[in-house]
Amino acid sequence: MAPGSASSQFFPSLTPVGCSWSDGGCSRWTWPGVWNWGLSGGARGGGPGASAEGARDAEDLLRSLGGGERGAPRRVGPPGPDGSQRGTLRPGSVPGQDTIRKMKNDFRKMEDEMDRLATNMAVITDFSARISATLQDRHERITKLAGVHALLRKLQFLFELPSCLTKCVELGAYGQAVRYQGRARAVLQQYQHLPSFRAIQDDCQVITARLAQQLRQRFREGGSGAPEQAECVELLLALGEPAEELCDEFLANARGRLEAELRSLEAELGPSPPAPDVLEFTDHGGSGFVGGLCQVASAYQELFAAQGAAGAEKLTAFAQELGGRYFALVERRLAQEQGSGDNSLLVRALDRFHRRLRAPGALLAAAGLAEAATEIVERVARERLGHHLQGLRAAFLGCLTDVRQALAAPRLAGKEGPGLAELLANVASSILSHIKASLAAVHLFTAKEVSFSNKPYFRGEFCSQGVREGLIVGFIRSMCQTAQSFCDSPGEKGGATPPALLLLLSRLCLDYETATISYILTLTDEQFLVQDQSPVTPVSTLCAEARETARRLLTHYVKVQGLVISQMLRKSVETRDWLSTLEPRNVRAVMKRVVEDTTAIDVQVGLLYEEGVRKAQSSDSSKRTFSVYSSSRQQGRYAPSYTPSAPMDTNLLSNIQKLFSERIDVFSPVEFNKVSVLTGIIKISLKTLLECVRLRTFGRFGLQQVQVDCHFLQLYLWRFVADEELVHLLLDEVVASAALRCPDPVPMEPSVVEVICERG
Amino acid sequence: MEDDAPVIYGLEFQARALTPQTAETDAIRFLVGTQSLKYDNQIHIIDFDDENNIINKNVLLHQVGEIWHISTSPADRGVLATCYNKPSDSKVLTCAAVWRMPKELEPGSHESPDDSSSTAHTLELLCHLDNTAHGSMACVTWEPTGDGKRVISLADNHILLWDLQESSSQAVLASSASLEGKGQLKFTSGRWSPHHTGTQVATANDTTIRGWDTRSMSQIYCIENAHGQLVRDLDFNPNKQYYLASCGDDCKVKFWDTRNVTEPVKTLEEHSHWVWNVRYNHSHDQLVLTGSSDSRVILTNMVSISSEPFGHLVDDDDLSDQEERRPEEKSQEPPQDSVIATYEEHEDSVYAVDWSSADPWLFASLSYDGRLVINRVPRALKYHILL
Repeated sequence: MAPGSASSQFFPSLTPVGCSWSDGGCSRWTWPGVWNWGLSGGARGGGPGASAEGARDAEDLLRSLGGGERGAPRRVGPPGPDGSQRGTLRPGSVPGQDTIRKMKNDFRKMEDEMDRLATNMAVITDFSARISATLQDRHERITKLAGVHALLRKLQFLFELPSCLTKCVELGAYGQAVRYQGRARAVLQQYQHLPSFRAIQDDCQVITARLAQQLRQRFREGGSGAPEQAECVELLLALGEPAEELCDEFLANARGRLEAELRSLEAELGPSPPAPDVLEFTDHGGSGFVGGLCQVASAYQELFAAQGAAGAEKLTAFAQELGGRYFALVERRLAQEQGSGDNSLLVRALDRFHRRLRAPGALLAAAGLAEAATEIVERVARERLGHHLQGLRAAFLGCLTDVRQALAAPRLAGKEGPGLAELLANVASSILSHIKASLAAVHLFTAKEVSFSNKPYFRGEFCSQGVREGLIVGFIRSMCQTAQSFCDSPGEKGGATPPALLLLLSRLCLDYETATISYILTLTDEQFLVQDQSPVTPVSTLCAEARETARRLLTHYVKVQGLVISQMLRKSVETRDWLSTLEPRNVRAVMKRVVEDTTAIDVQVGLLYEEGVRKAQSSDSSKRTFSVYSSSRQQGRYAPSYTPSAPMDTNLLSNIQKLFSERIDVFSPVEFNKVSVLTGIIKISLKTLLECVRLRTFGRFGLQQVQVDCHFLQLYLWRFVADEELVHLLLDEVVASAALRCPDPVPMEPSVVEVICERG
Repeated sequence: MEDDAPVIYGLEFQARALTPQTAETDAIRFLVGTQSLKYDNQIHIIDFDDENNIINKNVLLHQVGEIWHISTSPADRGVLATCYNKPSDSKVLTCAAVWRMPKELEPGSHESPDDSSSTAHTLELLCHLDNTAHGSMACVTWEPTGDGKRVISLADNHILLWDLQESSSQAVLASSASLEGKGQLKFTSGRWSPHHTGTQVATANDTTIRGWDTRSMSQIYCIENAHGQLVRDLDFNPNKQYYLASCGDDCKVKFWDTRNVTEPVKTLEEHSHWVWNVRYNHSHDQLVLTGSSDSRVILTNMVSISSEPFGHLVDDDDLSDQEERRPEEKSQEPPQDSVIATYEEHEDSVYAVDWSSADPWLFASLSYDGRLVINRVPRALKYHILL
């Protein structure tokens, strides 16, 4: 566009004249090549068009000169196979000579005409030559005049240049000014030794400097937005300003604007303002900062593409620095979001954030913005998982608190039975719904439409390590741990944990072991199609952990309940004066209490655990009394025999061996059924009774009271245990020990014992 | 190499009291006190012939009553103290007395043991520890490194320090302290620390362990709720001065650093019923013995908190004053705390276990049915510790 149009403007009259006759003629001007710069351009650009025009002119001239002769050469053209000619030939076949004669005649005529034509042509040529000769002189003069005219116009342009430039600058037509200046610069440069040109050049330089200054001013002010700035830069570059400086200035300028964006973002963060929600925030950031950065980057790359690697590095560093600050702000904002429960908003915000950064990311691959953004998203996702894990834990603890309250409350209301089964169902469903809610919430991160969901992290590690291992397995583990911590609580003595809670947790863990864990994990695996190959905790391991937890809890429950009853029995034995007690008339109240409590425990456990297996009972088991002690056993028991190292009296020994043929593990692990639990509790209680009895000394009536009490326990406790023989053995042992601790062991008649016990 | 089978000895009566003869360092000898309400009680002096695996016994009559606790003087082989119930119609009071055994039963006089079964010797009473003002005696403990002149007895809620004068024939109450608080406070057991030149005693009452300074008879530390339930017994680590083991009705054995009483250093939960007794081995304090009413005796290797946590290391700081018998250092990872063995020879509750004062690899346990079992540390472990 530039050279062609420029030449047509410079030499409006030159083109038709100079080119009509001879293209090369103009360049042959010998005046020391002054026009070379302009003419060569003109010849280049205007050449083809001009020569075509010239040819047409020559034809017109010929036409006007030749007059009527114009059609002649066409008639001379070789005659086509004309239909009419053939028509005349065919009838002439009879008189062949006629035809031949006619043809001869025709040819002769034609020859004559051709000769005439030749003469005409010679005349025309002659005329033409004469005309040319006549016009030659004028033509040369015209050409020369045109040349001079063009030169003068150029000179005029040069002389007018300073004022023109000033005018342009004043009008703000910087582009025009720069173009003028650019056009004149080389000429001025070349002829600066001529004073007149020098003056022009000086003027121009002054004006150009002013122009540059104004441009820079505009550039710096920067209020006019990136496109205009870009124009400024373009003009400045055209003015030959150093590119590197411009790069820096351009970036500094852009930095100003972007920093303003960042500041406004930071203001939104504030100390604690009514902050706009995170989506709005990332929108602002995305449109303001990221958009600005994009503009800057693309403008820069367009303007300074010629600067090569160094320029690109500058831009990269610039983008990295500002991007880093932007990320810091975003992270601060996202950190504020940690507490909130709304994942969808966060994910949308992250999505926008990530999406917006893809453009500059592609533009500035070296700055690693997209990667950094992905990293932030990943970090937030991880934190989110952590948050959800915390949430689940809190929910679990909340459930436990609810259960505690529920366990405490109904007793106040006087309602029988706190509905353990319902509580358990509530807890289980509540936890499950929390888990599902959390899964749904974190599932948003992997939704198809989310821009970052196809990143490798979200396809692999996030699903397997993050969600499955971190969140779900982590929660189940922490749940087990929380539950187990009740076993180790310092409140061993009193029971800060209500036993019912232990029982409920134990059942909960057992349910997890049997069904819930595999259900949850299947659910998770389905929702998060795990493509990651990293090893995950197998269901069986988790189940084993849950089972172990359940077992420990149940064992602890047995211990706690056993301890409660033990303490009752122990106090009752320790605080009584057994030597001076009166003859027993009643079962001691504490024994009734023991039976009542055991029954209550039986009911409680029965709410959550199945019955379990018992050994077959003898039909009359409750009818057994402690007659054995009064008769057979005591016979040999106190006979002293001083045989060294000899076994004790065989009777006693056999009794003892019978007693311990199956060693009774007092605090043995329990099975998951009611009978086993009750057996454990009763074992602990009776063993305590035994040990306490052995530490006391009994009078006759003291022994009898123990007899009565034990019979009473026998009557009521056998039904709770798996093997009633166990109760017999332990109670036998208690009475036997009491007898040993009695200086005057006179047992009560079994019938009397029975009567007393039946009386209650 | 096969371990030697345990040696079992049966007494005719129920028994709870067992002690090694502390002052005896050559012969393996244990004293067992019986509990019988109707017959004369006895103290069985049980000599174990390690080479021939034979038990010799001598019986001393202890006619004043059934023995609840027995302890021997660390200085005089013939002197011992018992806590016993006086038979009484209306009321039970446990008294304590210091006795001297007949000269001929002291070691060295190995006259024919064949007829000892028929001849029951009698103890010579040296003095009573008069407790009429203080209630029932729970135990008597001797100053471990002393000359056998000072004993502490625990009576209900009193801790009494006695000076035995004039060849132990007279016991003078030197000082005392008592525990005040709501409810009936009762000491269950106490040990005299072998460290701090014999100025520290630890006692147990209910779930609390207390340390006392014998000079001022004031409390120096207190471990509240040391066990979930009653604390049954205590023992001091003979080689590490602040370390204390305790056991109780919560089936646990706990190890304490008395400088930090908030948390036990370690807790063992191997027994399935009340743990009645805990004893450190006198020489190799990683060996800890416990007896429980689940009828089991458990030997544990508590190497991580022992004075030899990595076995004997040559590059350990100067060990020259210790009796070092293994010269070479084995390149092996430090052994873990573990149960060495569970002894199941008893059929009734085990109320007492103790190490021999003469042979550090041998211990005795006593169950209520009167069965005394003498066992040894497994040889493999013994050589492991020694070599």
